[in-house]
Amino acid sequence: MKWFITPGELRRQGVVGMNRRNTQMIAALNPRSRYPLVDDKLQTKAVALGAGISVPELYGVIETNHDVRHLPAIVAGREDFVIKPAHGSGGNGILVLTGRVGEQFRKASGLLVDLDGLKHHVSNILSGMYSLGGQPDRAMIEYRVLFDPLFEQVSFQGVPDIRTVVYKGYPAMAMVRLPTRASDGKANLHQGAVGAGIDIATGVTGHGVLLNDIVDRHPDTGAPLGGIAIPGWGRLLELAAGCYELTGLGYLGVDVVLDRDRGPLILELNARPGLAVQIANGTGLLGSVERIDARAAQSALSPAERVAFVRGLAWHQ
Amino acid sequence: MRRLHLPLLILFLTALSLGVFYHKVWNLGFPVLPAQTTDNWTVEARVAFEPTGGALTARLFLPHEPPGFALLDEHFVSRGYGLATGMDGANREATWTTRSPSGRQVVYYRATVYQLQRSLRTQPDYPGPADVPDLDEPYRSAAETIVEQVRARSADITSFATVLVRDLLSGADENVRLFQPGNASDRDRVAVAIELLAGARIPARMAHGLQLTDRGRDLQPRTWLEVHNTREWVAINPNDGSVGYPDHFLVWWYGDEDPIELNRAGNAQVSFAVSRNFQDAVDTAQQRAKLLNSRVMDFSLFGLPVQTQNMYRVLLMVPVGAMIIVLLRNVVGVQTFGTFMPVLIALSFRETELLGGVILFTLIVSLGLAIRFYLEHLKLLLVPRLAAVVSIVVMLMLTLSILSHRLGIEHGLAIALFPMVILAMTIERMSIVWEEHGAGDAIRQGIGSLMVAVAGYLLMINPYIEHLIFVFPELLLIVLAATLLLGRYTGYRLSELLRFRVLAGRSGP
Repeated sequence: MKWFITPGELRRQGVVGMNRRNTQMIAALNPRSRYPLVDDKLQTKAVALGAGISVPELYGVIETNHDVRHLPAIVAGREDFVIKPAHGSGGNGILVLTGRVGEQFRKASGLLVDLDGLKHHVSNILSGMYSLGGQPDRAMIEYRVLFDPLFEQVSFQGVPDIRTVVYKGYPAMAMVRLPTRASDGKANLHQGAVGAGIDIATGVTGHGVLLNDIVDRHPDTGAPLGGIAIPGWGRLLELAAGCYELTGLGYLGVDVVLDRDRGPLILELNARPGLAVQIANGTGLLGSVERIDARAAQSALSPAERVAFVRGLAWHQ
Repeated sequence: MRRLHLPLLILFLTALSLGVFYHKVWNLGFPVLPAQTTDNWTVEARVAFEPTGGALTARLFLPHEPPGFALLDEHFVSRGYGLATGMDGANREATWTTRSPSGRQVVYYRATVYQLQRSLRTQPDYPGPADVPDLDEPYRSAAETIVEQVRARSADITSFATVLVRDLLSGADENVRLFQPGNASDRDRVAVAIELLAGARIPARMAHGLQLTDRGRDLQPRTWLEVHNTREWVAINPNDGSVGYPDHFLVWWYGDEDPIELNRAGNAQVSFAVSRNFQDAVDTAQQRAKLLNSRVMDFSLFGLPVQTQNMYRVLLMVPVGAMIIVLLRNVVGVQTFGTFMPVLIALSFRETELLGGVILFTLIVSLGLAIRFYLEHLKLLLVPRLAAVVSIVVMLMLTLSILSHRLGIEHGLAIALFPMVILAMTIERMSIVWEEHGAGDAIRQGIGSLMVAVAGYLLMINPYIEHLIFVFPELLLIVLAATLLLGRYTGYRLSELLRFRVLAGRSGP
């Protein structure tokens, strides 16, 4: 493998760079006024519920340091739950607790943390440590997704999620993000999670990407990443495509988790989805973007029609 | 129109900037390079005379738009005299008046002139053909013969004058000898030439000037001939008929008159002295711009108090540093802590110097990080923790300053100039990146920030760039235009050529 790629080849493959993403996609298609909707996960949850889109159940919200004393009451009787900042970015500040050991809680990594540790974490969230721009924030405690056994062989603890990049309401590219030992149960690629491309047409996974390198097997479990067919793929894509109407954002990242009992749940939306999905799929976004641009200029379609359009294309194997 | 909007704006900014820049360089002579000096001459006319009683008037010709020179500054030293300056024909004159002088009087006129690369003189209109002088015989026919002979050997007005002067100099022709006695002075010869030129209807005049030499004292004005070739006045050397003034020749007055004219005084004595001095080119250009009444100078930095000027010397470099950040972040793809933190670090490097600055920065950030990790165990809230980090940074700076002073390293004292809040924020952000993305990311971004700061510093201390931006602040418009242009850059970052390298060799979509 060469240690770099020429700009000409990147262009030929239709790879979108950071600069093009920031100007032609985020700045051009995402009205700033709609950001609070996706940046604040509490708001996202509220509108999603209003539109009948399923999301993980919210156990409680802590808004002030004074309210941190309510934390024991919120988590009382709950074996497992997730604490996350309402304005977090990049998966920062998300604490996944999988069970209790006496007075202690077990983190996704297996390490134990006591109630004081949880309260400190909540305080940090409230002070804005994990929020964009360091603004004071709220902490939400919600249902921990019990992930579908589909990805059991290819994830190390944590919750694997499916990131779909929705361009002008059309699902353009998708990947599944699989936690690894290095990512501490988080499904964020830059924290060491593995991403595997998903064929938009069929919903079958391809090869994976680990920190900008292509891998075929999960680094911790050794199971092959490719060839996993995601059940209900069409419905999942429609769920993702519907988020366009929900948010009005033309370049959107939709993170969906497959829950064992509740099916696909929208975990969060992202107004600035990253570009690693291109590496996971082994191709650039621009090809899909141009086809969608041409189609979107003709007539407005419903989410189901948009999904049918992109699935009919099948432009990568 | 929307597509053209930004390119047009960029074009406009660039054109405006280059236009002002061009005007300042070519028409006002602002130096493009730092520490340039220009040749200036200080010319002094000393006028001494003895009053004969009663209110006296002394009139002295002054240089007026001398060819090849610009008059930068002039002073009159004349205590107890009323002074008026005005024009008298082609000459400018100063008139001193006083009511009751006693004893020998001395007045001074002092001018600073600057030699131009190009003359800015506005040429007066063609005065029209000269009147043929009414001469008696035998002068009339002699003059006609001379004109005839000279015309036969010349092509145009200038060569006519040259040939005529050479004939006068050789004195071989007896017609010429009729007009000019054996050992005529330059002044006599010029006077004769003017008369003969008038016979050919060519307007001509006498010019008097000084050959400027450094530390010249008691210089004698030299007489020169000027003829008008219908477009401009052309100088003719009365000693060899060559065209043009020599270098460093300052024309003082025109006409066949003495430079000084006295009323109720006598025994006039005029002496000229010259000294050469080198002046900062910027000062010279400013003075000229002021004399030319240039609008540019109304908006110049040089009008500000020196202290403010020195502040702007630094501040004007910040946009340049910011553009470097844009370049390194959006085109190269270097990751830094905070967007403009490196510019502030680079500014503080100006005080600490590069090596010392890098060492001190690294030292403080490393020590601060170590203490910040300890604070993490105490589980503090964000703002108190930040405040604690600031306090620790200040104490670290103090300790390092005292230690280095003890060790006799004076660089350590400059540490106090580091923006401590910036340092504290850097430490805080670095520790968060360290915890969440690992030590590798944190160190990579730290080194990235430091490299960007060093690049910014090297650019900002460049004396050429600093001089250019300070003397020509309009160049910042180009910096702005370049920044706007980069704002539309949608190409790949250099770092992305590495990031997406695994896609190399794959077929396109």
